[in-house]
Amino acid sequence: MAFRFKLAPDKTNFDFFKHQKITFGGSVVATILALVLWAVMGLNFGIDFRGGTSIRTESTNAVDVGVMREALKSLDLGDVSIATISDISFAADQHVAQLRIAPQDGQEAVTPETMAQVEAALKVVDPAIVFAAVESVGPKVSQELILSAILAMVAASACIMGYIWLRFEWQYALGGVVSLVHDIFITIGVFALFQLKFDLTIIAALLTILGYSINDTVVVFDRLRENLQKYKTMPLKEVMNLSVNETLSRTLMTSVTTLIALGAMLIFGGDVIRGFAFAIFFGVVLGTYSSVFVAKNLVLFIGLDRGDKPKKSNNEFANVDA
Amino acid sequence: MTPTSPWKRVLILLVCVFGILTAVPNLFYGRVETHNDAVAAIAEAKGVATADQQAAADLWPSFLPSLLMNLGLDLRGGAHLLARVEVSDVYKARMDAMWPQVRDALRDVRDEVGAVRRAPSPDGVLRITISNPEAMPAALAAVEALATPVVTLTGIGQNDIDVTVEGADIVVQLSEAEKLATDDRTMQQSLEIIRNRVDQAGTREPTIQRQGTDRVLIQVPGIGSASELKSLIGTTAKLSFHPVIGRTDNAGANPGPRNFLLPSRDNPDTYYIVESTPVVTGEQLTDSRPAFDQRGNPAVSFTFNGSGGRAFGDYTAANIGALFAIVLDDQVISAPEIQSHIAGGSGIITGRFTVEETTELAVLLRAGALPAAMEFLEERTIGPELGADSIAAGKVASLVAMAAVAVYMIASYGLFGVFAVIALGVNIALIFGALSLVGGTLTLPGIAGIVLTIGMAVDANVLVFERIREELRGVKNAGRAIELGYERALSAIIDANITTFITAVVLFSVGAGPVRGFAITLGIGIITSVFTALFVTRAMVEFWYGWRRPKTVIV
Repeated sequence: MAFRFKLAPDKTNFDFFKHQKITFGGSVVATILALVLWAVMGLNFGIDFRGGTSIRTESTNAVDVGVMREALKSLDLGDVSIATISDISFAADQHVAQLRIAPQDGQEAVTPETMAQVEAALKVVDPAIVFAAVESVGPKVSQELILSAILAMVAASACIMGYIWLRFEWQYALGGVVSLVHDIFITIGVFALFQLKFDLTIIAALLTILGYSINDTVVVFDRLRENLQKYKTMPLKEVMNLSVNETLSRTLMTSVTTLIALGAMLIFGGDVIRGFAFAIFFGVVLGTYSSVFVAKNLVLFIGLDRGDKPKKSNNEFANVDA
Repeated sequence: MTPTSPWKRVLILLVCVFGILTAVPNLFYGRVETHNDAVAAIAEAKGVATADQQAAADLWPSFLPSLLMNLGLDLRGGAHLLARVEVSDVYKARMDAMWPQVRDALRDVRDEVGAVRRAPSPDGVLRITISNPEAMPAALAAVEALATPVVTLTGIGQNDIDVTVEGADIVVQLSEAEKLATDDRTMQQSLEIIRNRVDQAGTREPTIQRQGTDRVLIQVPGIGSASELKSLIGTTAKLSFHPVIGRTDNAGANPGPRNFLLPSRDNPDTYYIVESTPVVTGEQLTDSRPAFDQRGNPAVSFTFNGSGGRAFGDYTAANIGALFAIVLDDQVISAPEIQSHIAGGSGIITGRFTVEETTELAVLLRAGALPAAMEFLEERTIGPELGADSIAAGKVASLVAMAAVAVYMIASYGLFGVFAVIALGVNIALIFGALSLVGGTLTLPGIAGIVLTIGMAVDANVLVFERIREELRGVKNAGRAIELGYERALSAIIDANITTFITAVVLFSVGAGPVRGFAITLGIGIITSVFTALFVTRAMVEFWYGWRRPKTVIV
């Protein structure tokens, strides 16, 4: 037999419920912990959600945060945060900083006059400074963006739940969505813990995690449905174990290829996209875990009505065995 | 195994070739873009090409496809503005313009209603006091006669103004139906004017869209900064002609009710008190161009339309000797004395202008004034260097991701892995091809979406291959196992991808800008990856199987 690189042996027989207290319980605890972190520490919202102005500067001179702060002090801009940014793709003399200015009273977006003042003040301390990007979001829009972000998450979850309900049973839909909530909340918790910048692209990342995680879960569910028809007398728990074992090789394979690609994005994709890439990377790991350890456990808790007769599916894709 | 019919194979092959061909121009982005620009310029000049243009057009062979995907602002650099149009500004202007009509209408019934006076009221409301309240019904009838029916789908049967009585006052304001219609007109007008002005700047493919009821999204690639864009579109160029009441050097002077105190443009210490209701406005202009006055100083000539010309003529005839202020953006440009009746509705504006200023002013006047002020809610400027850096980083990441996934797939599945990798290459080409065809926009998160697709696209193949492995354990015939593998993995592939597609659709409908770009690449990527896994890889596997006829298959 030719050499094949394999993450899992051909035939595995793990009992995925054996340490249920640790795995599923751990997930419950982690989710609660994430919620607590979120509530206590809050999220480090980017200007998309809190309003204000963000300026990215580039210079051939090293950034001195203190000098910059001093230079802006006289402009009376309120809360100003300055951070330096480094990335492997930067040239040796490429020094990048990110400034964030709180929204100014009585104005929506930054006025050209304020911007001109800021640029002039920074040019004084560093004549070589260039303004690579300036973004300004007014409080009005940022409020709407928060609302639409929440709406997007809820709408996506509801649509997915509806679809799984149609294709499977409501128990699957609930199990699937709860495992999604688990993935999303823990990711948000990590963003709160490390105070990573949370902006619109992170919402896009969370929605992607939603899509990926449900993808994984559905594959397990699909096999579960198939096996439930095949082994009508086997206890539900065993059928579940069998299904997860049978799909384990695929689950790992897909996760690893996705993580490889995302890893490349994380390392080489540049700093602008790093938060986004990180969120998805982390979410894919979680999504893989939750499809093996969370989703089906919930279905088991709720229990399935297996009945005597196999569920008639009126869908062409499900009839391949018939 | 039952092979796919030859016709289907031809179709699959055609789709792949077509996809790759449409994707190719994107590999030579700069060159094709120069070619497209030159071709457009030559077409504009009715086929007459300069040597430079011809050389640029020859950079890319014309028989090859030349459609390109758009690059988002975050990759190309440029400015993005989200503005709110103060649509209620127009209500005020409408009511102010209504006042002379109402006054004239009531003048006709003066014997009954007595003296008529405009009382102070909030913007957008016209409140008229009559000295003889007993004659209210007659006054009301006279004012109501001014109303005209609204012509909209929803506003049938409604008049454009609501007239009510409050004590001795008649209150006139726009009806709800008319307000809606007016808002719509204001937005259309604003969009049109913004488009005109942005086009004057000659930038590539600006996006000017209405969003919601009163917002405008403006994206202009290649412009230096959002401030620059703002000054381009933010200049209102509102021209109007007002009767002058007096002149003062006191900046704090009280102009009295219904009058304005406006500064002079050229004399810093001079202020004019003018009537707030203009005689004519810039909206009634039909033409405006740079010119010179009798002494050879730069000036701007203008021509009014019929009604503007009449109003202008009537006013000048009735007020010879009076001063007349030409007001531009709340500054008095000049206040000449009316020498004679100016008929024909044309004239020139003189001031201390330079030739550049008169040229610019003429353009702005021709493009028309923005009907209402704009408030900027969101603005983003991305420098071109940052965009170029992002593209470079995205390229490296995609190539590394592609190479790593290829190595991993081949190590895991051998020959079948090679098939999957070829299919992945086709998949990426199809994504770019589809983006070019639909004129989609590639953004930085969109690149991330492609990288994610590289990872996830092999998923459908993995599902099939793993299934074939399983089937091989039970079924002796290799061909049968492959067939079963495809059949039985189908349900999982479809379900898994539809759920992901749902999130892409939600992202597209809710997200804006870069996020939407991500949703597009993700959505297209899902479709192409299912296509390549189910048809392209399968065709390759079948072709190989039919050619080699192996007794056993190792996946």
